[in-house]
Amino acid sequence: MENLLLLIPLLPLLGAIINGTAGYFIQKRFGGKTNGIIATASISFSFLIALYLFFRLLGMEAENRAIILNLYSWISAKTLEVGFELVMDPLSAVMILVVSGVGSLIHLYSIGYMHTDKSQWRYFAYLNLFAFSMLVLVMADNLLLMFVGWEGVGLCSYLLIGFWYQDSDKATAGMKAFITNRVGDFGFLLGLFFLIWGLKNAGADISVVSLSYQALAESADKLSGIEFSGIALLTIVGLLFFVGATGKSAQIPLYVWLPDAMAGPTPVSALIHAATMVTAGVYMIARLNFIYVLSPTALTVVALVGAATALYAATMGFAQTDIKKVLAYSTISQLGFMFAAVGSAAFASGIFHLMTHAFFKACLFLGAGSVIHAMSGEQDIRKMGNLKKRIPVTFYTFLVASLAIAGVPGLSGFFSKDEILYRSFMSAQGFAGIWGYIVFGLLLLAALCTAFYMFRLVFITFYGEEVRSDESVIHHIHESPKSMTSVLIVLAVLSVLGGYIGLPEIFGVHSAFEGFLATVFEKSGSALNLPSSHSAEWIIMFLSTVVAASGIFAAYQIYYKNGYEGARNIRERIKTVHYIVENKYFIDEIYNLIVIEPVKILSYLLSLFDKYVIDGLVNLCGKITVIFANLDGLIDKYVVDGAVNLTAQGIKFAGERMRGLQTGRIQDYVYIMVTGGFLGLVLIRIINYFAGN
Amino acid sequence: MDFILSHILSLMTFLPLVGMVIVALIPSRYPQYIRYFSVLVSGLVFLLSLVMYAYFDRDSTDLQFVEHFVWIRGFNIEYFMGVDGLNVSLVILTALISLIACIASLGIEKKVKGYFAMFLLLMTGMMGTFVALDLFLFYIFWEVMLLPMYFLIGIWGGPRKEYAAIKFFLYTLFGSVLMLVGIIALYYNSEPTTLVDGTAASHTFNIMKLTTENDFSSKAPLFGISFAKLVFVLFFIGFAIKIPMFPFHTWLPDAHVEAPTPISVILAGILLKMGIYGILRINYQILPEATQWAAPVVAVFGVINIVYAAFVCMAQEDLKKLIAYSSVSHMGFSLLAMSSFSEPGISGAVLQLFTHGVISPMLFLIAGVIYDRAHHRDINKFGGLAHIMPEYSAFTGLAFMASLGLPGLAGFIAEVLCFIGAFSAFKLMTVIAATSVVITAAYYLWTMQRVFLGPKNPRYEGYPDLNLRERFTLYPLALIIVILGVYPMIILDIINPTIFRLINTLR
Repeated sequence: MENLLLLIPLLPLLGAIINGTAGYFIQKRFGGKTNGIIATASISFSFLIALYLFFRLLGMEAENRAIILNLYSWISAKTLEVGFELVMDPLSAVMILVVSGVGSLIHLYSIGYMHTDKSQWRYFAYLNLFAFSMLVLVMADNLLLMFVGWEGVGLCSYLLIGFWYQDSDKATAGMKAFITNRVGDFGFLLGLFFLIWGLKNAGADISVVSLSYQALAESADKLSGIEFSGIALLTIVGLLFFVGATGKSAQIPLYVWLPDAMAGPTPVSALIHAATMVTAGVYMIARLNFIYVLSPTALTVVALVGAATALYAATMGFAQTDIKKVLAYSTISQLGFMFAAVGSAAFASGIFHLMTHAFFKACLFLGAGSVIHAMSGEQDIRKMGNLKKRIPVTFYTFLVASLAIAGVPGLSGFFSKDEILYRSFMSAQGFAGIWGYIVFGLLLLAALCTAFYMFRLVFITFYGEEVRSDESVIHHIHESPKSMTSVLIVLAVLSVLGGYIGLPEIFGVHSAFEGFLATVFEKSGSALNLPSSHSAEWIIMFLSTVVAASGIFAAYQIYYKNGYEGARNIRERIKTVHYIVENKYFIDEIYNLIVIEPVKILSYLLSLFDKYVIDGLVNLCGKITVIFANLDGLIDKYVVDGAVNLTAQGIKFAGERMRGLQTGRIQDYVYIMVTGGFLGLVLIRIINYFAGN
Repeated sequence: MDFILSHILSLMTFLPLVGMVIVALIPSRYPQYIRYFSVLVSGLVFLLSLVMYAYFDRDSTDLQFVEHFVWIRGFNIEYFMGVDGLNVSLVILTALISLIACIASLGIEKKVKGYFAMFLLLMTGMMGTFVALDLFLFYIFWEVMLLPMYFLIGIWGGPRKEYAAIKFFLYTLFGSVLMLVGIIALYYNSEPTTLVDGTAASHTFNIMKLTTENDFSSKAPLFGISFAKLVFVLFFIGFAIKIPMFPFHTWLPDAHVEAPTPISVILAGILLKMGIYGILRINYQILPEATQWAAPVVAVFGVINIVYAAFVCMAQEDLKKLIAYSSVSHMGFSLLAMSSFSEPGISGAVLQLFTHGVISPMLFLIAGVIYDRAHHRDINKFGGLAHIMPEYSAFTGLAFMASLGLPGLAGFIAEVLCFIGAFSAFKLMTVIAATSVVITAAYYLWTMQRVFLGPKNPRYEGYPDLNLRERFTLYPLALIIVILGVYPMIILDIINPTIFRLINTLR
């Protein structure tokens, strides 16, 4: 049974390898549909296996519900022993099912959506590779292996955003996504380093650090007393991991890549940038719940950033005219809700919303894809209108999903969002204090905005008098093929029914979803000891219903009749505000000014420094050596050689003088010999005298 | 087989030298014979390295495959070779990268005979440097390596080849002179001991004896400076030039830019590793106290290497120069991590030598592929190559990702071990070094963007994708990079025991 676990990520990897290596020839020989079928089949089989294992998991006793596959020792360095281990416990089971389930649907949808593309083989290889990475992310049994998936999905996201790389803007969007994510990863890695340091060096007495969740959960308590520079280590670790999450899950301040990521094919936006990858941060925090519950500070920061992002991104949805951009900001906003949930220590609620959001947001994105498909590639909602009748299946599924995200009672989004609002409110009465109320307030406002911008989108796109576009485009409008619409229908059904597995307690039932996840989060409940209140939950449920209704009503008032034009008066009145919001608060420009340009300038200056100062010094040393060598040469020529010449001349001179001595008479020679010999003896004596002393 | 196993290190070292003699005897009018014969020789060396890997005892911390006898009795010089965890992976790397570089050299057209003769001589020098355990022998191989390298850059290089070759030569020579002084100082201060055959010797060049039987920290100071620290600095500068460590790194970009592709491959893949290896083998083992004294400073230089070079990379316009600076940056990881004296740190530092040793050759091969076609390497003048050369682009993407430390590929394992180890000793410095995670991604992706993505550039239309020779060099490296990322124990297993022993002596 454990070995089956390996097949879940392996099948998509196999699909990726087949399409990546032989895909080009397959497409040429059999057509791109075959590539799509290979990819879809591989991930669908993963889903089936996951489903089978999920039921096996349900059959186990609640306390030890986990299937673990220990493959081999991955990295080992005495004090660090990280295994290649996969796990399926209730939390990863939910994630696996969402990833492989929604993933299968989107693969299937892609076959139709991409049918005219020239490099479908590449598309499906990337998409399969993504599924593989995402499955590794959620199935890894330790933090380091999770990071493999974490970066792997980032790579696939980069590849798929820039899938149509011929367009420089699209390629740039991919690059922006990757680099922004790397900023987050910087935080993630530092969190990891602090954690390992804490476990090993700071008195927690762990001799071998394995980083497996089980081991971490057991030793988290030991870390709670440790401080670094006066701050609790667990707070540092929690916040640093959260920095990683803000990158991957597009929260303030690192959300900027996600709207640009819409440059990728629409099914990619649905799968990666809505349903699965961007939720990785939420999953990670839920996974590390045992760390976060020990640091209320970190939790509160997570909740606040989440709630602020939820509202902030929702406001940007007001002024966007690109159908995908609206949904992108909506995704950022909904992710904010999930972070607010986990930040309120309501981990199960966060994961619940993650799941329902995967259904309705995938449905919305794929619906948008169907709209774009119908409109011959047009994404500007100002050029749409009255599509209700022309593409009815798309319309009705889109409507259902919109109702779900707006939080209309009875649909999945209602239950999960309401749960979050309630939990954040209750956190205010526990560890979060006043901050909890602020989170709650922000979320309520964000919920209002959500209902408004979603129905603004619905009314402008699907209602109104007529399509505001060229005749040729209008003529070509058609409903998408069955392979696409059937996926929409399945997702719409899930958007309705998905909520019923997690009904709130006040309905007199026990939430099946929360119960299933309880073993993973058992520690968190007891650690923070949060109160519960049925009356508060009823009131909040009522409030959120009112909020959803008012949002939809406001959108109806403004946009139902005249579409985009309906809001002209309002736009005129708040011209400046609209201008700022329309330009996304100029955050991109600000980042460019305070981060990117300085980095570029710094790198340029450093390269000049390297070239002229460091290398200049080296060359200077060389030059100085050469100068010395020349000087040496001069000395050689004039001093040493001069001395040599001088000697020669001296000898010549002496010779000329000495010639006078050669008289030819024997007496003279004897005289010189005797005198010379005597002088020589005296000289030797003198030398010996000094040498002797 | 017994003979091979007991002489495997000598065989690997001197087979290329024999090959060189044979190459010299083949008439120049048969360049094809010369080429394939050289590939055969380097292939044999690689096979031998695999045999060595297979027979290497993974649990032992002792030296293995030792060959040891007295060479020059008058000066107590021994012929002493052996491998342990510090150098075994580097021997395999040397054999592997030499083979790859030799295959890549098949494209060399100019003075084929001279080229391959020099190439094989270089192999002998490199292999010998890694396996020699007698300081004198080590020094000889170190110098032997220098000469062919000088000619390989100076004759077969690019436009500014003379400048680059001389700069490389003088710079390294400067370092080796300091090293030579260090060697002599150690020799004359070593305790009396016995040679391998039992005869008494007043001094020794034997690295192992210098490690175990001598305590240089207690020697009388020279010029008022501790003897051990002085000798440490002499060796360290010699090795730092080779790494290369800031501020001694500027020979590298010049040498790389001018060197022919296969020589860049050798330079980045093997030669740079000698600096770190030398420090670990000589400074760390023989002078442990001085090592501890210097560690914080070494770590600072490591961080400077990592971050400074990463920034400089971003401003480069020459693809090869960019890759050269990225090597400077990546060698900084080893410097930083080895200063931490922690198990993950030093394991990571040694593993980094191997992983960088396969990734950077791949990068240089990639730069070579495009230079062969376009005859320039200006990043800003390309664009849209992904349409024209998809296979090439895919391999470039893989190499870039490996180099920027994407988990699942080789580079990540070494880097994360380096970071984890370094963090236990140097918090702030590791945090600063970790910013390179972002900068590195930025310069690689930006390069990817400018060279491969965007609209098709008609100027490069019709360029052929990878040819057979290029595939033979790129495929194996790509495969190794992936395998090492998934299963790094292939290398960690053989290096770990020695490193744990080394750390014990340092503590």
